[in-house]
Amino acid sequence: MLDSSSSSYMPIVLQSIVALGFVGLVLVLVPMLGPKSKGSTKTDNFECGIEAQGDARVKFSVKYFLTAILFVLFDVEVIFFYPYAVNFKSLGSPGFLAVVMFVAFFLIGFFYVLKKGALEWEK
Amino acid sequence: MDLILEKSILIIVIFSITLVIAMYSTYMERKVAAFLQDRIGPDRAGPFGILQPLADGGKMFFKEDFIPAKSERWLFILGPGIAMLTALMTSAVIPWGTSIEMFGRNISLQVADINIGILYVMGFLSIGVYGIMVGGWASNNKYSLMGAIRASSQMISYELAMGLSIIAIVMMNESLSLSVIAEKQDSWHWNVLYQPLGFLIFIVCAFAETNRAPFDLAECDSELIGGYHTEYSSMKLGFYLFAEYINMFISATMISTLYFGSYNFPGMHWVGDHLGHNWLAIIEVAVLFSKIIFFIFFFMWVRWTLPRFRYDQLMHLGWKVLIPLAIINMLITGGWMTYVWK
Repeated sequence: MLDSSSSSYMPIVLQSIVALGFVGLVLVLVPMLGPKSKGSTKTDNFECGIEAQGDARVKFSVKYFLTAILFVLFDVEVIFFYPYAVNFKSLGSPGFLAVVMFVAFFLIGFFYVLKKGALEWEK
Repeated sequence: MDLILEKSILIIVIFSITLVIAMYSTYMERKVAAFLQDRIGPDRAGPFGILQPLADGGKMFFKEDFIPAKSERWLFILGPGIAMLTALMTSAVIPWGTSIEMFGRNISLQVADINIGILYVMGFLSIGVYGIMVGGWASNNKYSLMGAIRASSQMISYELAMGLSIIAIVMMNESLSLSVIAEKQDSWHWNVLYQPLGFLIFIVCAFAETNRAPFDLAECDSELIGGYHTEYSSMKLGFYLFAEYINMFISATMISTLYFGSYNFPGMHWVGDHLGHNWLAIIEVAVLFSKIIFFIFFFMWVRWTLPRFRYDQLMHLGWKVLIPLAIINMLITGGWMTYVWK
């Protein structure tokens, strides 16, 4: 059967060495191949051909931040389902009822977020 | 020692296949687009334009590698590196077939048979967000920033629904190992027959995770120029585009593995009994790859058929439709398997 010992992760180390080697090599070598030219207009940021106004360190909609915070919250809750799903059959009916309860709590939080309008993008 | 050699060869073979498939996906995309729009598509480089990806790749290697003066230099280089690295790592846990007998050894066609395969793939998917966010932010360009924020916020939103839709599959198999999930879909017992709703949620999320149309708001050309890779050129741009195609390949593989029976096909036992183990392994790999290529084609078909979503529609679909649907799907699966069909 499956073993969770460290030996089964050995190939992943190998794969990461190959992947890191490939990515590193290309990122170091390829810039040496192409031509180079410099100039203040040339190295300016692209803004549809007109002169760039300021830079990109600007304020942006807080909705994105809310989405990220809610993601962290709900992703942690989703991860709690995984151990249950793996032991699903052995936990049987009591396990299922416990999960229904957990889902109910999950949904209460979810509807609270919806009612608060945290995911309304038009407003 | 033998094991390390065996695994190294397998890793390098899978790497090459991944890169070739990603390269030729660009060719296939242009040909499919041309076919759907009643055009011819690339036809100059070689017969039927078959050398076009090589020409594109070669050109990218010899282009000027441009770094804007205002950018954060190291993060700017790191961004495409992360994107490419995470795209290349996920192929490690996918079972490409059962095993092949060679030189008196039984060689498994899976690089690493770890028992948390699904979590491994989901984990690398999450790290992929960093590649886009770091690159887009480091460019110090407003369009790049907008594209990066849109992309990351879209990807994390759909990751939730994706994680929830997989739970039903994990319940049915009681394992997070992809090799166990593949093995249990013997002959025609494909998971899509038991989990049609889960499959639908998963494939929509896969489109969103790979930033493919109709969810390609991160780089919708008409408003954001090129999105997060506006400032990139040469092979750094190549890495972003390549990573997208590799992710598409991996997504198609995950769809086939989780829902469409992986390497299994009806009549596989007959083939195994009559033609021998190695022939079965070869046919299995061929079957898996034809499923993958079909789904890559499906990705392209959708791209050239459906128009792009608006951002609020995208968020509405992800949070208010797919997440509740995935939870309902999970509860139905759980209830059914606990009380009705034991």
